[in-house]
Amino acid sequence: MTFWSLLTVNSITFGGLLFLLSAGFSLIFGLMRIPNLTHGSLFMLGAYVGATMVGGLIGISTDFWIAALVATIVVAAFGAVIERFLLRQLLGNERAQVLMTLGISLMVADFCLMVWGGDPLNMSTPAHLGGFVRAGPLAFPLYRLAIIVIAMIFAAALWYLLDRTRLGAMIRAGVDDAEMARVVGIRVSRLFTIVFALGAGLAAFAGVIGGPILSVYPGLDQDMLPLALVVVILGGTGSLLGSFVGSLIIGFIYNFGQALLPELAYFVLFLPMLLVLILRPQGLFGRQMP
Amino acid sequence: MTALSIKGLVKSFGGLRVTRGLNLEVAPGERHLIIGPNGAGKTTLFNQITGEITPDGGSISMFGTELMHVPSRRRTHLGLSRTYQIITLFPHDTLLHNVMLSLLGLDKLRWNPLKRFDAQRHLVDRAQAALDQVGLGDIAQRPLSETSYGERRRVEIAMALVQGPKVLLLDEPYAGLSIDERRDVQALLATIPRDVTIVMIEHNMDVALDFADRISVMYFGEVIVEGTRAEVVANPRTKEVYLGH
Amino acid sequence: MTGRLVALTIGAIVLLTVPLWMPGIYYVNVTSQILFYAIFALGLDVLAGYAGLTSLGHAALFGIASYATGYILGLGAGHTVAIIGAMVIGLISTAIFAALSLRATGIGFIMITLALGEILWGLAYRWISMTGGDNGISLHGRPAPFGIALSDANAFYYATLLVFVVSLAAAYIFIHSPFGAALRGTRDQPRRMNALGYHVWMIRFWAFMFSGLLTSISGILFVYYNQFISPPTLALTSSAEVLLMVIAGGAGSLFGPIVGAALVVIVKSIVSGFIERWNFLLGAIFVAIIIFMPDGLVPGTQRLLRRWRSAAKTAKAAKTRSAS
Repeated sequence: MTFWSLLTVNSITFGGLLFLLSAGFSLIFGLMRIPNLTHGSLFMLGAYVGATMVGGLIGISTDFWIAALVATIVVAAFGAVIERFLLRQLLGNERAQVLMTLGISLMVADFCLMVWGGDPLNMSTPAHLGGFVRAGPLAFPLYRLAIIVIAMIFAAALWYLLDRTRLGAMIRAGVDDAEMARVVGIRVSRLFTIVFALGAGLAAFAGVIGGPILSVYPGLDQDMLPLALVVVILGGTGSLLGSFVGSLIIGFIYNFGQALLPELAYFVLFLPMLLVLILRPQGLFGRQMP
Repeated sequence: MTALSIKGLVKSFGGLRVTRGLNLEVAPGERHLIIGPNGAGKTTLFNQITGEITPDGGSISMFGTELMHVPSRRRTHLGLSRTYQIITLFPHDTLLHNVMLSLLGLDKLRWNPLKRFDAQRHLVDRAQAALDQVGLGDIAQRPLSETSYGERRRVEIAMALVQGPKVLLLDEPYAGLSIDERRDVQALLATIPRDVTIVMIEHNMDVALDFADRISVMYFGEVIVEGTRAEVVANPRTKEVYLGH
Repeated sequence: MTGRLVALTIGAIVLLTVPLWMPGIYYVNVTSQILFYAIFALGLDVLAGYAGLTSLGHAALFGIASYATGYILGLGAGHTVAIIGAMVIGLISTAIFAALSLRATGIGFIMITLALGEILWGLAYRWISMTGGDNGISLHGRPAPFGIALSDANAFYYATLLVFVVSLAAAYIFIHSPFGAALRGTRDQPRRMNALGYHVWMIRFWAFMFSGLLTSISGILFVYYNQFISPPTLALTSSAEVLLMVIAGGAGSLFGPIVGAALVVIVKSIVSGFIERWNFLLGAIFVAIIIFMPDGLVPGTQRLLRRWRSAAKTAKAAKTRSAS
């Protein structure tokens, strides 16, 4: 009983983290038509920056949430630079853009190894979110529940941004038909930069708040990128609802798979993605993939 | 037996009905002209005949063979060839290579990974002959990217002719040509023997009228007038939808 | 044509005499690595260059052949059985990869191959009873065909060279065959090829199989060379590395991937002697080549040479004209 309910909470928590990671990935894919292979690296970079600030930089330890904010802004700016100066000039050549993101991800991974070394950094949970919530005989870690709440808040905020604001309307127009959006006078290229920065920032934020659960280590990027990929393939590109549902499904499959079938955990994880790619290439909620 | 028989052809894209119960009969050896205003569904009709677009319903048969469930590439093997309004050739390769690829498509040799392609005499000679026929024999070794638009049109025709089609579909073969080039292509089409049945789409009626035995006028996915040149020109509906504007 | 013949002869002589003039065993081994990675890169080039299908999961096929060799040897079988078995398993896996990934082209194809690569990597990593997990599988010794012990570095080099030459010749014949011409056609104008009577899917499938054949061969050479195989060999980084060889040298040419393999292996061997930061350099080379020489080094250099030559010719012609 305890085992199962804990596993369930862990699955939802992980799903929440995945949502923060994959929402940006999905929007970037929807708008720019490329899988951003730096997304795992941005998550890891955010986690390292956050962990370093919380753990104490030049003797000064920063508040968890300030660290999260700083990491988000730094990585978002980094994302904007990547889009503006490296991907922009390859516009229209999607293969080159994918390879570019791959090249950058290799550089970021090695950069992190250079700066932070090979040992994992442990990140403590924010003090006010330590401890447990008791429900009868069960006890849930408060921090994990907090992540679920944070993910819900972000989901609502993203939905509001996309559905209720002018910027969101322009992004949706770009996802539907970039050519048409350009014709009606939307500056699609600036939209690319904004969405890329937004996605990068979300990934970094997910990295920081995921830090205390996952810990921060070299290879975190390689672990997270495929998960973002699976979520988006499952849910469909450019679809927020798709990312949300896909993240939850993968959160459950990942945690239950690890617990019950550790040897085949990855196989079980990627199987639904493969099935969707083969049977419904546009994903569960998405439109036709290019 | 008819060369090409189309009955009750229907096709919609989303809610838009682009072909609405279209009927068309073309006799063997006939030169059949399809005219109609832009958006009448002429090229969409060709795409359905070749199988590049799957119709929603109806039937298409060629010399008595039902084509509806025959894959696009097999229809080519059965003797159906076409040219495209928007030129789609192989720009990095020579004219000869382009035409040889067209020949190879119908040759068993296309699966052979061991022989040398450009040493296949029977392909080289027939491709060269086809290029001679369209007046491009001298520049057979030139890369396609270094040729003019009019020359590419003729390469398109050479690629279709070299396949020895029974039915040849020409999609606006005069589009974008100068007056001189147009005359060359006109003369070229006149030399095609009568054992090839030709269906030609033309937006501009004047250039192709002399060529046609029979004419179909398409309007919003239907053939609304069909007959000889004199009949079609005399028909008031033709004037209404096409000549009148 | 004669220039090419001279270059080929010089190349052959240089390769045949490597153990004689290389300063040590280490360098002979580096050359062996270049050769089997070149076979791998040629295999990927058939797909990424000639078929226009960029695979980001080829390291998985490479790894499958390596693991299969190690696993079959571990069961106590001989080298002949292991090599044939690994080839068969490699080809069956390739057929499955092809059947799954050829449902898409372009970005879709990249994503499916990436996903397949990740699955195989995950399996290698986690299916411990089969693969030994992180510990990988170790081999004990190399074969000794016709009494020649390949445990000797020079003998292994010559065996690799032989396989390389045969593979290169096969790739050359394949590319210049009618099938090769059809394959390039499906890359440039797939719809048109279909209308011309070609079975585009089937052409791509067989090209994938040929690519898998070369990849499996190189995977077997790899595992015999290293005497060891572990999950990182199947990781995305490895797929990226071989793709870099193809793109750096020039996709869609036969010489390009060989140059690319040499470049990557040499830089990796030299650089790893000084620093551990090989991946950073790999990424930087990737980025630089995509920006500055998107066609790759070989076609890029050829284009520069041609431009330089024609400029020289025009200058000469102008001079003659003004003189007369």
